[in-house]
Amino acid sequence: MITLLKNGRLYDPAHNKNGVVEDIYIYQGRIVPKPLDNAKISQTYDLTGKVVMAGAIDMHSHIGGGKVNIARMMLPEYQQKQMQEIKNLSEPEAHICTPYCSHHATPTATDTGFRYIEMGYTAAFEPAISPINARQAHLEMGDTPMIDKGGYAMLGNDDYFLRMLTAKKDQKAINDYVAWILHATQTIGIKVVNPGGISAFKFNQRRLNLDENHQHYQVSPREVLQSLSRAVHELGIAKPLHVHCNNLGAAGNFQTTLDTMTASNGLPMHLTHIQFHSYGTEGDKKFSSAAAQIAEAINKNKNITADVGQILFNQTVTASGDSMMQHLNAKHANPKKSVIMDIECDAGCGVLPFKYRDQNYVNALQWAIGLEIFLSVEDPWRIFLTTDHPNGAPFTSYPHLIRLLMDKSFRNEAFAKLNLDAQSMSNLTSLDREYSLYDIAIMTRAGASKLIGMNERGHLGVGANADITVYTDQADREAMFAKPDYVFKNGELVVKDGAVVKVVWGATHTAKPAFDISVEKELKEYFDRYQTISLDNFKISDAEIFDDGRGSVVVNQN
Amino acid sequence: MKNNLNLSLPTSVTCPACGMLCDDLVLNSTAPVSIQNACAKSISFFEQSFNTGSTNTAPSVAGKTTDLETAIKAAASILAKSKAPLIAGLGTEVQGMRAIMRLATTSNAMLDHMHSESSVRNTLTMQNGGWLTTTLSEIKNRADLILAIGTDIGSSHPRFFEKLVWDSSSLFDKPSPEVIYLGVPAEKTKAATSPTGKLASSVGDDPKHVPEIVNALNALLINKKIHAETVGGVAIATLQALVEKLKTAKYAVMVWSASSFKFSHAELTIQSIVQLVNQLNETTRAAGLPLNSGDGDSSVNNTSTWLSGYPTRNRFVDGKPEYDNHHFSTQKQLENSDALLWVSTFNPISAPQTTLPTVVIGHPDTKLERTPDVFIPVGIPGVDHAGAMFRMDSSITLPLKKLRNHELPNLSEVITKIEAELA
Repeated sequence: MITLLKNGRLYDPAHNKNGVVEDIYIYQGRIVPKPLDNAKISQTYDLTGKVVMAGAIDMHSHIGGGKVNIARMMLPEYQQKQMQEIKNLSEPEAHICTPYCSHHATPTATDTGFRYIEMGYTAAFEPAISPINARQAHLEMGDTPMIDKGGYAMLGNDDYFLRMLTAKKDQKAINDYVAWILHATQTIGIKVVNPGGISAFKFNQRRLNLDENHQHYQVSPREVLQSLSRAVHELGIAKPLHVHCNNLGAAGNFQTTLDTMTASNGLPMHLTHIQFHSYGTEGDKKFSSAAAQIAEAINKNKNITADVGQILFNQTVTASGDSMMQHLNAKHANPKKSVIMDIECDAGCGVLPFKYRDQNYVNALQWAIGLEIFLSVEDPWRIFLTTDHPNGAPFTSYPHLIRLLMDKSFRNEAFAKLNLDAQSMSNLTSLDREYSLYDIAIMTRAGASKLIGMNERGHLGVGANADITVYTDQADREAMFAKPDYVFKNGELVVKDGAVVKVVWGATHTAKPAFDISVEKELKEYFDRYQTISLDNFKISDAEIFDDGRGSVVVNQN
Repeated sequence: MKNNLNLSLPTSVTCPACGMLCDDLVLNSTAPVSIQNACAKSISFFEQSFNTGSTNTAPSVAGKTTDLETAIKAAASILAKSKAPLIAGLGTEVQGMRAIMRLATTSNAMLDHMHSESSVRNTLTMQNGGWLTTTLSEIKNRADLILAIGTDIGSSHPRFFEKLVWDSSSLFDKPSPEVIYLGVPAEKTKAATSPTGKLASSVGDDPKHVPEIVNALNALLINKKIHAETVGGVAIATLQALVEKLKTAKYAVMVWSASSFKFSHAELTIQSIVQLVNQLNETTRAAGLPLNSGDGDSSVNNTSTWLSGYPTRNRFVDGKPEYDNHHFSTQKQLENSDALLWVSTFNPISAPQTTLPTVVIGHPDTKLERTPDVFIPVGIPGVDHAGAMFRMDSSITLPLKKLRNHELPNLSEVITKIEAELA
């Protein structure tokens, strides 16, 4: 059974195809070469004039696990209000609400899958799985239909690792532990959140700077970053260390971010939701944009990649592993409530509802800072489109964000409505750049798959899994990206005119580098003595993911 | 039922009998039950499970024994006639709850857990102002003071002290924590007496005075003067001394059990405990630990939340979830609903008295005080089938093992078959 997608305009940066008109043949879920003339084509879609891209990949979105579920649980009033708002489709104070955008910041697992696929996204990655909570994250992702998923395991605040650093264990021992964590938690990458800081908070330290020692372990965040980025690099997994820097959200934190870039000693490092880490202290309000410095440093340091974590105006909720900084920021919560947790000598979390307002100086400037970074980083292969869902805005705002990037006059009109003091502190209107369809395809497809190491997704080459999104080219890019004409998942038509026509279940992507299994001996003793669960139960088997008959595990090789 | 083991003994098991979810148990034999590291509660759970005997292994319709297929058809017919059934009890784990959520979505059901009277108080507190909480391994390794408020902890969570307090292995070389009971009757405070004879201290002994005492602690903590000599029968000087201890502790943990608060508006007292924790965290570290009630309450609330956006008490209307933790209680809905599906798979807990058409899917030993229209005995999670379960602190989910082969279906299989009939 061969499906033919005929005459589409292909934006496939992995193969340097920028609007080339070509046919795509799909057989058994994959893109195949043009078959022989006598081969039977069972179905043909005429895509003349349509824009064709691979399915989009969200490389950083909080879609499952403890803190996401806490966010859902603690905000019933918000969800009920949103239900009403969706019904009324009223426009809130800002200008980001469209008939296509539900703004649901805490969707259920089911809705998460549906909303993603309806926008042409075919994969999303949970970036903050605390290893001890990984089973819950996989259970939730297991209930997320339509898309492929995966996650990054958080290290660098776990006692076991910090203890190894204090003991100056050799790099091989660290590498074995990191690899063991990837296997045990069924993840594809490693993240570090506020290196050392979450743990330090448990010892009553309230801030931790890059070169400041954790008082108990006597190691610095810089050492944590060096050790982990080297481990990830030496293990040979594709995804560079995913770094949520120290000093999240604090005025003046851009210096920490610049310093963090140097901590990897030239090895690949990904700085996540960098907008939240690009703040200066200039001006009357001691809060300013350092986007120019940050973008310049990214442009210069080719080993650095980043995603933006754009904020958009509305009610949302911030769910972070960074208990230290979330506790500090709890006073800004709106509505005023916060859930903070210390977790198992392994991790932490902090969940606070937030309402970003365009007339608030700080919020307005945060919005501008995010866009300044997008427009000032020159290489679209090294900057990624995220809102740090739900922390900056729900992922359903992506079409709006894409329009802000692609449409200068739309962007400048939005800017003109912001808090005036914030306008005076931003150079956004002087940035003339408009992203092209090709740039968008890099950021949301080819770049993301390359970064994570999913060789068979994110492009339209022969052999790729046929995750394909088809759009009608429209001047209104928000309308265009909100509602694809067709989405194919593994070659099956699953979305037509922006609505799901078939429910399917995606795979869970992992990386499983080789390691020395003898690492388990010490770990077992550690678990038996200090932890409250056994080592065996810490590990998640493949069977737990596919046992329900829907899931599957993909091991990505690099 | 024969103890037809699925695994060779000895085997390690995870115990679902309380929210500690201890996974260091080793099952040595099933007749008689012999388990290493077991507490009284787990022995009794596994004895009850392995003794599940000759009666009630067959389903029944209107009290008459029948085959599974007939019982499924009868259950489906009751649900098909119902406009909005009440699915209550919900004594199950994650996999069972996943199936129930599917059924609830298509049948416009309302969901409530048998222990929600307690858990709702915690949920309300969390939704009102949030909280700062901790988990078991943090307590074991970090806590230097445990304030047990209105609960002896040991009766509901028997190995709490053994595993988290008396065990001297700590990552951070700290002394064994001091345990202070607040508002717990003297005869119950023995639960925390260590094997070496170290006693817990007590502040007040009457649980009903917990609200005023906690409020007084909050006042003293922010240096407010209290114009009384005692509060809740406790001298102010004693309370002041407790406040000082809390302030100097490096990691004080306040433990409470919503189910042990027998006074009305207990959520206000829980808020007051949370306020104490928050205030302490201005200068030192402290955290709370709400104890759960059991029968899978943490698993059910978590699963419900990721699948509907809400914990129980919730319902579906035309497939859309709604939430109301006051009106959607079993008690209230027994009056409004038109059918009851009662689920209790860990323990043989009877359905509440009602005249509604009733389907019971539960533990084989369930005592049927009123013959339900349909009774379908199912396997016990963690004994008869595998599953996944949340620990009381919600951060940990552990797999449950299948220990025994048997002829009973499990809850999700039964629900799936009912769904097929309804389709």
